[in-house]
Amino acid sequence: MLQSKTIEIIVGIFVLLGLAALLMLSMKVSNIGGPGEGSGYKIEAEFLNIGGLKTRAPVKMAGVTIGRVHGISIDEDTYNAVVVMNISNDYKNIPMDTSASIYTAGLLGEQYISLQPGGSETYLAEGDQIQITSDAVVLEEIIGQFMYNQAAGGNEDGGNGGGLDF
Amino acid sequence: MMNAVLAGVIGFIRYLGRFGLGFFERLGRAHLFLISLLLALPAVLARFRLTVVQMYSVGFLSLVIIVVSGLFVGMVLGLQGYNTLVDFGAEESLGVLVALSLVRELGPVVSALLFAGRAGSALTAEIGLMKATEQLSAMEMMAVDPFRRVLGPRFLAGFISMPLLAAMFSAVGIIGGYFVGVGLLGVDTGAFWAQMQSAVGVREDIMNGVIKSIVFGFAVTWIAVFEGYDTIPTSEGISRATTRTVVNSSLAVLGLDFILTALMFN
Amino acid sequence: MTENNNASAAADQPLVRIRNLSFRRAGRLIFDDVDIDIPRGRITGIMGPSGCGKTTLLRLIGGQLKPAAGSIDFDGMIINQLRRKSLFEARKRMGMLFQSGALLTDMNVFDNVAFPLREHTELPESMIHDLVIMKLEAVGLRGARNLMSSELSGGMARRVALARAIALDPDMIMYDEPFTGQDPISMGVLIRLIKRTNDALGLTSMLVSHDVAETASIADYIYVLSDGKVVGQGSPDEIRDSESEWVRQFMDARPDGPVPFHYPAPAFEDELLAGTRESS
Repeated sequence: MLQSKTIEIIVGIFVLLGLAALLMLSMKVSNIGGPGEGSGYKIEAEFLNIGGLKTRAPVKMAGVTIGRVHGISIDEDTYNAVVVMNISNDYKNIPMDTSASIYTAGLLGEQYISLQPGGSETYLAEGDQIQITSDAVVLEEIIGQFMYNQAAGGNEDGGNGGGLDF
Repeated sequence: MMNAVLAGVIGFIRYLGRFGLGFFERLGRAHLFLISLLLALPAVLARFRLTVVQMYSVGFLSLVIIVVSGLFVGMVLGLQGYNTLVDFGAEESLGVLVALSLVRELGPVVSALLFAGRAGSALTAEIGLMKATEQLSAMEMMAVDPFRRVLGPRFLAGFISMPLLAAMFSAVGIIGGYFVGVGLLGVDTGAFWAQMQSAVGVREDIMNGVIKSIVFGFAVTWIAVFEGYDTIPTSEGISRATTRTVVNSSLAVLGLDFILTALMFN
Repeated sequence: MTENNNASAAADQPLVRIRNLSFRRAGRLIFDDVDIDIPRGRITGIMGPSGCGKTTLLRLIGGQLKPAAGSIDFDGMIINQLRRKSLFEARKRMGMLFQSGALLTDMNVFDNVAFPLREHTELPESMIHDLVIMKLEAVGLRGARNLMSSELSGGMARRVALARAIALDPDMIMYDEPFTGQDPISMGVLIRLIKRTNDALGLTSMLVSHDVAETASIADYIYVLSDGKVVGQGSPDEIRDSESEWVRQFMDARPDGPVPFHYPAPAFEDELLAGTRESS
């Protein structure tokens, strides 16, 4: 039988290990530490169609994740989708005339928002809206369009389905 | 002939009825037992040292099997996941696959099953033996409540240890998956962690996993402590109670997992 | 010896008074309207064949079982009506020595004896140490204080259990079959210990046993139980000379008598014939 003091120390270590594992799970494995949580500022963008975009999807500029989608709602008047993005405070200088597009990571991957910076001297701040947007590519629409073209024009080179670089 | 068949059918129905009655009787006793346990809990918390000592045998002694199993489960996930994902050119998602499988399902479930086998059976056997050798009776006669002195601390220790063990299982498993995926198979380190981080949510994945393991810890220790206390005080009774602990708590874990998953991820 | 306020009158009263006690288990009547008195400061033997409910009687007095009818009065408290808290207080004044000793297996001898002190008192560790050493000295096992309970022989385990039972200086000790399975030497040791503890500490002792000679040698008064009833009582000499058939069968170890050799069964011939009928 071990001394009770030893047992207490061992149990203390055991609890610490467990808490460390929990900490690792929440910090290293999940996205609590990444941009988009906590400090940041919010900007908006309107899309006609957001496809499969979800909250927490990354917001990227030149492929670098600079924020996350914070919320998605619908505008009662225009029936457009309003996407609120939380941009990390590290990236303050995003030009006013930046455009936002919804892309898909790979053929079947998750959708994300990509920002293409413009040339303006004024920068986006909390609550501002991005004016230039391009919608998500919906695979069914492309396929439908392609089939329609095929049927109408009998286009020979349509086989590669313009869809992918549409 | 007809009579024999009829007698057989009636015998079967009687068997079912007796089985059902026995089952509900046990279930009732288990719940009364739980009430006594919970009523003793304030006194148990007031003497937390007793629980700490039990956490050594219930929690710490289960650590080796949990860590080793977690490592191997993570490594196998890495290997299997890679072979599947590489066909789609999506091997960067290996981190996501490993982490989500572990955090949501395998971590809580497998560690609860191992916990039932390692700590649950030991708890049942220990308490059953204490009952068979009249130690519990002797405590009562010394005006010491076994619920506060023996059963409560063991229950609480199991309840606390289980989520910690499940977290360690998942963490070690992810490290195992990392070793195989990144170390052996050459998945990009950055992609492995970044994709994992973007796909795993704190609340919807990690917290739900922790909640699962808390529920499992409650169920497994409850069953283990009850079976020990309800043992027929003979050596055969103890061995049967130990078996029942492992079988019943494994079934309870799997059943509860289905219910919890349906509630959480729908 | 007892801290009772209504001193002299209470001192003459028996410590335990059992009246009209009935108890049944699984439909079988274990006690049927039994009256037993346990006088203060004496050793009272409860004897009877195995399975006649001697151990059950101790559990009834300890409040671990509830009688179907009747009352168990322990120094003015009706045990079977006490609430849990007062029952626990009453139990602190009783020590019980289980047949197996029932030592806690995860502790050594010292901690076992210290167990009731640590549970029920706030004494400093140094005082607990002294008390435990004193109790262990009384049973002659001071040197064994660091052994684990699994390392003890049956007789030693019972002596440790005795030290534990007297740790809180109870008013009464109940011995459950203390002599069973003991070699003559440790039997002699236990007999002397029971006698000495009773006299030195002014205890009331209750000795449940079926070992006739040993019990008769130290008991002041003996009850013989059989079939749920008290079939004989008196001083050891009176019991020895008793005319009662029950007592005679028990004291003389006769295989057949009021306690039949055969477990109750239908007539032997009928059952044999029934067997031939079934197989044909």
